[in-house]
Order: sequence, then C-alpha cells, then structure tokens
Amino acid sequence: MSGMAFRIEARRFGGGSFCSHVHWRHGLWLGLAFFGSLVFAYAQSEPGQQVPSAISTLILWLPFILKGFGLNLLMSFIAMAAATVLGIGLGLLQISKLPLLRWPAWFVTHLFRNSPWLVILFMVMFLVPFEMYLPGGERVMLPDWIKATFAFSLPVMANISEILRGAINSIPKGQWESAESLAFTRGQTLRWIILPQCVRRAIPPWMNWYALLALATPMASILGVREAVSNTQAAMEASGARPEFLIPFYLFLLCLFFAYIYPIAIWTRKLERKYAVAN
Amino acid sequence: MFQLIAPFFQDLYNRTGLNFIVFYDSYEYERFLSGISISLQLILWSIVLSLVIGILGAWAQSARSPVLRGLMDAYIQAFRNTPPMIQLLFFYFALGTFTPQVDMGGYYQPLISSFMWAIISLGIFGGAFNVEIFRAGLEAVPESTKEAAESLCMTKWQTYMHVTLPLAFRISLPALTNNLVSLAKTTSLAYVISVPEMTYTLNQVWSDNVNVPEMMLILFLFYVLVVSLLAAGLHFLERRLALPGYGQ
Repeated sequence: MSGMAFRIEARRFGGGSFCSHVHWRHGLWLGLAFFGSLVFAYAQSEPGQQVPSAISTLILWLPFILKGFGLNLLMSFIAMAAATVLGIGLGLLQISKLPLLRWPAWFVTHLFRNSPWLVILFMVMFLVPFEMYLPGGERVMLPDWIKATFAFSLPVMANISEILRGAINSIPKGQWESAESLAFTRGQTLRWIILPQCVRRAIPPWMNWYALLALATPMASILGVREAVSNTQAAMEASGARPEFLIPFYLFLLCLFFAYIYPIAIWTRKLERKYAVAN
Repeated sequence: MFQLIAPFFQDLYNRTGLNFIVFYDSYEYERFLSGISISLQLILWSIVLSLVIGILGAWAQSARSPVLRGLMDAYIQAFRNTPPMIQLLFFYFALGTFTPQVDMGGYYQPLISSFMWAIISLGIFGGAFNVEIFRAGLEAVPESTKEAAESLCMTKWQTYMHVTLPLAFRISLPALTNNLVSLAKTTSLAYVISVPEMTYTLNQVWSDNVNVPEMMLILFLFYVLVVSLLAAGLHFLERRLALPGYGQ
C-alpha cells in the first residue's frame, strides 16, 4: 500500500502552465467594453470643469479596491478549506450504515443545498453571536468577514458532501465485494480502495464549486464586509458619486473577477475532458 | 385564510413568545403575500427569459457566421465567470442611470423598474448556462440517427423538428433542471437592487419586529418548498418524456 495514489501532483492535473490555454478572445471583449466605457465617461465629463476623469479616479482608488479583492480571495480560500473538510465528513456520514447518522447528514446536506446563498448568509450573520466565550472564559470577537466566510462554506460543504456521495456510489459494487473477499474491513475498503478513486472523479466538480464560491463572495458586501464591491462603492462615493463613474467602476469589478475565475474555469474543463476519457 | 390562522399564531405569540407576525398582523400578512407573489413572478419570468435566450443562443452557436459564434462565446464566458451580484448592480445602477425616464404626471419614473432589471439580469445570467446546455444536447444526438432520418427522405427541417429537437431536449433536461433550480435560488440576489421579493420583504419584517429566527425559518421553508416543487415538476417532465430504451 504505497502512498502514490493519495499524492496530488501538479503535473497530473493539466500540462505545464495552464494559462497558455486561456483564449484571450473572451477576455478581450470585456477589456474592450471596459475601455470603451472609459472613453465614454471621459467624453461625458465637461472640459471646462476641473474634474478628474474616470480613469484617473480609478487608478487613484485601485489599491483600495484591490485590497478589498484580496479579502474576497482570502474568504474564498478559507471557506473552501473549511467546506472541503466539513463536506467530506458530512459525505461520509451520508453513506454511514447507521440511520441515526445518515438521516441528519442527509437533512443538513439538502437544507443547505436547496437554500439560496444569500439566505444562508443572513442566517449566519444574524444568528451567530458576534463574540464567543471559550471554555477558559476568554472572550473572542468574531469579525464580520469570518462569519461571512463560515456562511459561504455551508452551501459548498453540502454540495461537496453530495459530490463525495455520488463519487462513492459511482464506484462499481464489485470492488466492495472483492475487497470484502480479501478480508478488508469497511473502513479499510473506503480508505485504501474507494476514496483514492473518488479523489480523481471529484476534483473537477470540486474546482467548479470553488469558482462558484469565489463568485459568491461579493455578497458579503451586503452586510458591510469591506471587500471589493463595498470598497468600490465607497471609492465612487468618495470621488463625488458621479453617474458617469458607475459603468467603468462596475465593469472594472467584473473584469477583475473574470480575470481570476476564467483560468480556473478553463482548467476545470480541461480536467473534466481528461478524466472523462480516462474513466 | 387569514381569519383562520391569525388567532392561532396570536395565541402562540402570547404563550411562547414565538413571533410569527406575518400570520396574525394583517399589515405584515399583506406584505408577506406580496413578497411571495413578487418572488414567484421573478422566478417565473427569469426562467422564461433564460430559456428563450438559451434556445436562441444554441441556434446562434450553430450558425455559419464566425462573428455571431464569437459573440455568443464571449457572452457565455463573460456571464458565467463573473459574479451575478455585480451583474445585477451593473445592470441596475450602471445601465439603469442611462435609460430614459417616463413622465408619470408630475414625477419621473425610470422606464425599466428594478423588478424588470432583475428579470433581465438574472435571465441573461441563467441564459448563459442554458445556451451551453442546449448546445450540448443538440450535439449529443447521434449522427447516425440523423442519417437514418435522411435515408427516410425527411427534409432538413423535418429532421430538425421531429428527430433532433425532441431527442436534444430529453438529453439536456437533467442539466436544465439543475440550472433552473440554481437560477430560482439566485433570484434572492434581487435583494441588492431592492426588489421587494421574499428575502427583501422578510428582511424588512424582521428589522421592524426583531424576530429574526422565526422569519428566517419561514424564509428557509419558502425556498426549500419552491425549489423542491420546481425540481419535482421538472423530474416529472423528465419521467413523462423518457423514451424507452433511450438513455438511462
């Protein structure tokens, strides 16, 4: 039983640098629209008044917006890590032999899979206290962004749990039976035979859910977390709330997320194709 | 209906402190009903718009013109890979400020209300996924089936209408179910442009009455119910349309 099957190696997931496979054409459209709107905004600002143009305002506020975007990324990383751990646990509970474990896991999975992200976000934001007492009597403050991160991890957790259950069910029954005939216990069969095969099948949907999670993080701005969207809105307010800023600023945000998510989407599709053939 | 349930929930509040105010206060009850109605309308119309876009888009993707195909491709990638919330904000705040205003006799109202913008934005967002789903369905129809239709002297149009489309629709139905369910859940995002749908309404109710847990429970129940009904309806359609010996 060597550990090879459990090692995740970069070279097995798409060859070399995957960025070279990104088709620039799609990004170009958004980029063109973005610059077009800048020109439009520039043309709209009256030449007589000494007001800064949209592009100079955007450059001025760029570090502030990017700082917010950094928080988006941080939230997505932490939420994905938490969701993966919790989701694997929940998925294993879902295939448990004990109905007492299986039914609650099924219920939790379906509750969070079938509720909108926004509703889950509200639930966590309003019902989880803003401070917590550790067993030692120490008081810990829970900042908003931590709570939002936890909220985002819940729906992803439920979906990962379903992905895992689906992946385990997709393994032919004969493998369970042959493992049993070799005197493997249920736990050993899962650990050494079933789960290693699931990793491979579950990675493309897992990445897909990461992309969806990263796309959901702007919702945190509704509840006052200072991430990219709320920082952009603050920047627009601070620079005079002029209507001609709206299109370039929001388009810039769209481009920002697109530039991050699109390579992930391309990579996911490549992996999907590769594994579809291999399986 | 209201007269029937109001005493029970009033009593429940007096005895246990569980404040389901939307069921015993007539003002909140009205607000609740309008929230349900707007939410359902929003779901219905954005699904309809996304289906129309999906069908037209799948047709455009098989067009001969490379410009049209490139445009479709760019549209799909742009809307699939950007956050739906920023799309809503972009449509409502950025494009909305440049749409003409209508004189309503003394005051001005935008030509396209926030409800309309929500439908447009969510429809376009969902449509981007539907195009891919329909196209995959069309491509999955085996070439040999089409050749068989040709050998029976069917014209191109007949083949398309009687062979390709019915099969493609059945093939794409499971993926379509997933996408429409997820679109129905995404409609709650219309909250950010203050469309008074369910999430927004109940948010106002709990801000006014400080009964977050109870309203949250109703909100969860509402969405679980709507999503389950939608999924059940589509699964029923799937079973009714299933061809014996074809697919699973």
